[in-house]
Amino acid sequence: MKLKKLDDLLTSRQGPWISGGVIGLVAVMLAYLGNPGNMGFCVACFTRDIAGALKFHTAPVVQYIRPEITGFILGSFLSAFLFKEYSPRGGSSPLVRFGLGVFAMLGASVFLGCPWRAYLRVAGGDWNALYGVAGLVVGVLIGIMFLVKGFSLGAAHKNPKIAGIIMPVIALALLAFLFLKPSFIAFSEKGPGSQHAPALIALAVGLLVGWLAQRTRFCTVGAIRDLFLMRDFYLFKGILAFIIVAFGANYALGLFKPGFEAQPVAHSDQLWNFMGMVLSGLAFTLAGGCPGRQLIMAGEGDADSGVFILGMLTGAAIAHNFGAASSGAGIGPLGVHVTIIGLVFCLCVGFFSRQKI
Amino acid sequence: MDNENKIIVDASGLSCPQPVMLTKKALDGLSAGHVEVLVDTATSRNNVTRFAENKGWQVSSQEREDGGFKVILNK
Repeated sequence: MKLKKLDDLLTSRQGPWISGGVIGLVAVMLAYLGNPGNMGFCVACFTRDIAGALKFHTAPVVQYIRPEITGFILGSFLSAFLFKEYSPRGGSSPLVRFGLGVFAMLGASVFLGCPWRAYLRVAGGDWNALYGVAGLVVGVLIGIMFLVKGFSLGAAHKNPKIAGIIMPVIALALLAFLFLKPSFIAFSEKGPGSQHAPALIALAVGLLVGWLAQRTRFCTVGAIRDLFLMRDFYLFKGILAFIIVAFGANYALGLFKPGFEAQPVAHSDQLWNFMGMVLSGLAFTLAGGCPGRQLIMAGEGDADSGVFILGMLTGAAIAHNFGAASSGAGIGPLGVHVTIIGLVFCLCVGFFSRQKI
Repeated sequence: MDNENKIIVDASGLSCPQPVMLTKKALDGLSAGHVEVLVDTATSRNNVTRFAENKGWQVSSQEREDGGFKVILNK
């Protein structure tokens, strides 16, 4: 009965305040307990670390199986199952979604963070991220322009049951790799990949966030999209609570360090901070949600979101294998190239994916 | 029921925010009527419900036999 009451509250119109606030709080807690600075959560960075741990790339400083990611998928899976929202589905332009995942990741690698981390960086006083958030908004607005003109990747259909459990099984396999540490998995000894909160705590927090986000549809991109497109504040409440609580927690713990210089895992090339997130924001909007939301939907059985995430995993490998990823020193040698190619790809997808529906 | 004003919007399988956009398109300029929106996830059902309620429509929904939901809007 208590669970029902709590769920009624979470799924009410005020639910996003609760989930956003809790997610903001536990994000700062994870950074306090060992995750890299302003990186309580970063779906892009964590996916990149997992790609590194699997040796899809071999950048020695970003290799770790982030249990938060597996927790998002499994928490959402359990929640969707419990509340009868689990439904295996897919088939809405999977290859296009794969490409959007690749370039969303490349854009995030140029900026050094996904939208979740962009907000967390602002909440930690990293003003470079303001350029990223501005780019994110511009990317979403370009996406809205396509949506208004009738953009659609087509309808997904019911899938066989097996399709919906592939991502949760992958998440379980990753957890096994994390705790059993087989020799073929790489773990960073220095750099951001070596900085992490205790694995069991991070996993528990990931499961908690997976559940909360599944119930309240927490989405860092949909929040901006719905605000501009529909004047709908529902998802935006979650982002406001997320940023405000993360700022408060950072301030209370002495982690709020305002400025542009010497920010953790960040650079000050403002043009490409901006452009990287224009690309990411556009790619996420065309794909229907932010990377966290894609993990949550994958947990609910959405195979298209699963394909998007595998695209992100591939994008992470490309970013580091081809020198497109930024570092604290600045953007990578191919950072500009991949951003422009990505924008061309996304604009083509936007222009040529109008369907009569 | 006034069948002259009955409109069916099939938004099954579409990603966010398309179900709400199609609903908006159907409701724009409609002062009264009966609209049925077909969606296939609880998220889309909730989004369409919230949007229509904000526009002053009475909303109910029922599960479809083939999975998914029929969201019924009346004004």
